[in-house]
Amino acid sequence: MNVLTENFHTYAEGFLGTVQLTVYSSVLALVLGFLMASFRVAPVSSLRVFGTAWVTVLRNTPLTLLFFAVLLGLPRFGLVLPFKVFAVIALGCYTSAFICEALRSGINTVPRGQGEAARSLGMTFGQTLNLVILPQAFRSVIPPIGSTLIALAKNSAIAGAFSVTELLGTYKTLSELGYNVVWTFVWIAVGYLVITLAISALFHLMEREWGVAR
Amino acid sequence: MTGAATALYDVPGPRTRRRHRLYGVLATVLILALLAWILYLLFDTEQFTYTKWMPFEYKGIQELLLRGLGNSLKAFAMAAVLSLALGGLLATGRLSEHRPVRWSATVVVEFFRAMPVLVMIFFIFVALKVQPLPALVAGLTLYNGSVLAEVFRAGVESVERGQREAAFALGMRKSQVMAYVLVPQAVRAMLPAIISQLVVALKDTSLGYLITYEEFLHAGKLIASNLDYDLPFIPVVMVISPIYIGMCMLLSWFAGWAARREQRSPKTEAVEVAPAEPGTLLPGGGAPTAPRP
Repeated sequence: MNVLTENFHTYAEGFLGTVQLTVYSSVLALVLGFLMASFRVAPVSSLRVFGTAWVTVLRNTPLTLLFFAVLLGLPRFGLVLPFKVFAVIALGCYTSAFICEALRSGINTVPRGQGEAARSLGMTFGQTLNLVILPQAFRSVIPPIGSTLIALAKNSAIAGAFSVTELLGTYKTLSELGYNVVWTFVWIAVGYLVITLAISALFHLMEREWGVAR
Repeated sequence: MTGAATALYDVPGPRTRRRHRLYGVLATVLILALLAWILYLLFDTEQFTYTKWMPFEYKGIQELLLRGLGNSLKAFAMAAVLSLALGGLLATGRLSEHRPVRWSATVVVEFFRAMPVLVMIFFIFVALKVQPLPALVAGLTLYNGSVLAEVFRAGVESVERGQREAAFALGMRKSQVMAYVLVPQAVRAMLPAIISQLVVALKDTSLGYLITYEEFLHAGKLIASNLDYDLPFIPVVMVISPIYIGMCMLLSWFAGWAARREQRSPKTEAVEVAPAEPGTLLPGGGAPTAPRP
């Protein structure tokens, strides 16, 4: 217990680091994922190819390799940014592929007749998508996006191993101070549970509010 | 393209087709420009010099890379076999009729699914002072085994109720019902999800790099930090990532192939290939048929 109380500051710093990483990468992943999903259903074939390639490659890339390439590779091109930004880029791009697939399968769950009805009312592509399809797709993508973001929070632990301040990285500081390693990890685990449970609760709320009535 | 996607817009007329072609050309030009810019950057920072690519000609370096790849695959094979076994065990526990067994299995599954796999690996490596390979394999096994347990359970539960009832009506015991009726049908239906989870395990073997296990990425890092070859970091990434991504893609493709084959097979008609429910107690679940992050 005293591992936590005596090092509350270190833990809080790590915890906030993980939360920050999770939030920023989630935003990036949602934006990029939405963009890629719209590329993948677009009528322009080169955009479709680009979206498909993006998703296929990133979904099959080990995240550690991506971190390795982004955090240690991009500086070779003269792009020098804080490691945290690189970590957000790597996590965000990686997760965007999964968000894209979740969104796309969400679009596919909307019955075909909805799109046809919208078109027969004379709506344009943009109107069909924004007024008819996406609001309905949104309802069914809440749970998959929730579990993707939970996975993102868990994956952010890898950033700690690349010397970004976050929760898992705190074990190093504390074990150097000579604290019991087991208890250090217990509190790290609790920290991750708090974050993943919070995301899960948030998405449960959203699901109750807007989810598909079953 | 899928049905709903094409239902989004009408069959384009001549003017729309012309407009789409214009967009297509613009988008192609933009994407090509992006690729050209990356290529320019690669040349500009002198990534294609002979010194940087020279190491890949040496036998020793090639052997180093191959050994790394072998170690990665070894960890993957061990983790895959063990997590399938653990998954089977935990799924049996979760489907048990004895309440204490069921509850303890549930707690184990939900806990290990909610923990980042890297935290477990680090815990085993740092706190229990285990060698890198067993630590990596143990971490991967605990995580993937728990996820697979959920996959198996969902698979068994998704077999149509009549099958179970008919088997019981024939006088089979529960173990017989499981072994002869439910599991064979469930495994067939769940094969794609199982393979997708193995892709996750394969991808996660690269976490071994972080605990100094001498796997593929570690071998790459050794070469990349060699001053004699002018720090060939980008060439190393350009060699390693296609191999890694190729292996995972192959396995993912296999999962997709199995899924397509399932849909045509009359043997799985009794099974609705439904994704497992996301974790109710603790988060971390997701549709197991889709590759997971």
